Amino acid sequence: MSEKEKTRSRYTTVSIPVTLYNRIKELIKGTGFTSVSQYVTYVLREIIAAHEEARYTEPFSEEDKKRIIEKLKKLGYL
Amino acid sequence: MVAMVSKPHGGRLVRRRATGKRLEALREEAKELPKIELPYDIAVDVENIANGVFSPLEGFLVQEDYLHVLYDMRLSNDVPWTIPIVLDVDPDEIVGVKEGDDVALTYNGKPIAVMRVEEIYGWDKKEYAKMVYKTTDTRHPGVAKTLEKKELLIGGPIDLIDHIESRFEKYLLWPEETRVLFREKGWKTIVGFQTRNAPHRGHEYVQKAALTFTDGLFINPLVGWKKKGDFKDEVILAAYEALIKHYYPKDVVVLAVLRTAMRYAGPREAIHHAILRKNFGCTHFIVGRDHAGVGNFYGPYEAWDIFDEFPDLGITPLFIREAFYCKKCGGMVNAKICPHGEEHRLKISGTKIREMLKKGEKPPEYMMRPEVAEAILRFDNPFVE
Repeated sequence: MSEKEKTRSRYTTVSIPVTLYNRIKELIKGTGFTSVSQYVTYVLREIIAAHEEARYTEPFSEEDKKRIIEKLKKLGYL
Repeated sequence: MVAMVSKPHGGRLVRRRATGKRLEALREEAKELPKIELPYDIAVDVENIANGVFSPLEGFLVQEDYLHVLYDMRLSNDVPWTIPIVLDVDPDEIVGVKEGDDVALTYNGKPIAVMRVEEIYGWDKKEYAKMVYKTTDTRHPGVAKTLEKKELLIGGPIDLIDHIESRFEKYLLWPEETRVLFREKGWKTIVGFQTRNAPHRGHEYVQKAALTFTDGLFINPLVGWKKKGDFKDEVILAAYEALIKHYYPKDVVVLAVLRTAMRYAGPREAIHHAILRKNFGCTHFIVGRDHAGVGNFYGPYEAWDIFDEFPDLGITPLFIREAFYCKKCGGMVNAKICPHGEEHRLKISGTKIREMLKKGEKPPEYMMRPEVAEAILRFDNPFVE
């Protein structure tokens, strides 16, 4: 198995209703999407990224922040 | 539009700087460990990893991630990543080192990090070139550099134990610092600008166009290895200082450097550059025409098109058309907003500007601000030899 095949073969199947499949198939006609799978992957990535964004908190403490502000003042950025 | 300072790529800002007792212990341990001497470009990337510039990477890629990046432009956890960050070694450098061991990474003989070797693996340099640079032509500087690399790759997390001094220490900010800085300034939308050039009027035009609808501009020149004929790093900084002083409002611009090598990987590098600026806290990123390109290896808008493949990038690319001076409009414009013909347009050519500066001449004002040209001409030789 080539290096490319090692990674590329890692796909799995997810079931969606046939009605939805057909709806997407119609929707992507004339767009850059070449398959329903490609479209679904695109949309899922977009949605998942938005969910992940919402869960983030900055890792630095108030003490870190004070130290950083001091440095930024010293360098003339603040 | 994103409503606040961008989240780090992959969801968290990586910090791999050892501190306190752990730092002392690792510095002691490093004295006894097998050592791998790093060239400057890789050494600074160690520091980039440790300070979160390359978040979510915690070290050099292991094979599974490497192959996914090469073929899918994503890490094995599906997070977009387009340029493999790898550490190449010769077999004789790692005699006796096996997976699971720690090694000391040194620069100029001094340990700067401790790395846990998770994996040692072979790689196909031509395949790397084909996938990353879309060519194996050795006239491409990135390809030539890749083919000179060593035979094996080692992957694994690093812990930074020392800082590599910079000639530009004053301009060296890390993502946690820019994130605090942008918040303190009250900026919610920040546009990042990648550059390896001294600014001409076209650069100023795209920056100001983007700044019109964002709170702040983060000018982030790349300092490090560049090809012959490019502007020297100190020249780029002096030129930007002059431009900001004379032509930008107070408090809308932050100028800080990024120490990493140019890869000249065109579209893939455009994504890479956007990810790095997202980690600095940017919400938007200006993508130039033929961004990170070299010669005629990439189409002029390939670096724009590639963004369509990444709906989950988490930073908004801004595609601003190339600017020119229109005699009829009486100012800097672009093809979308100027109705006049070619005969009225004065194009801004980076090559022509460099040629004039090489001869010690000031380019015309429609191409480059006089204060910027003067700052450049103060250097005996402003170009990389």
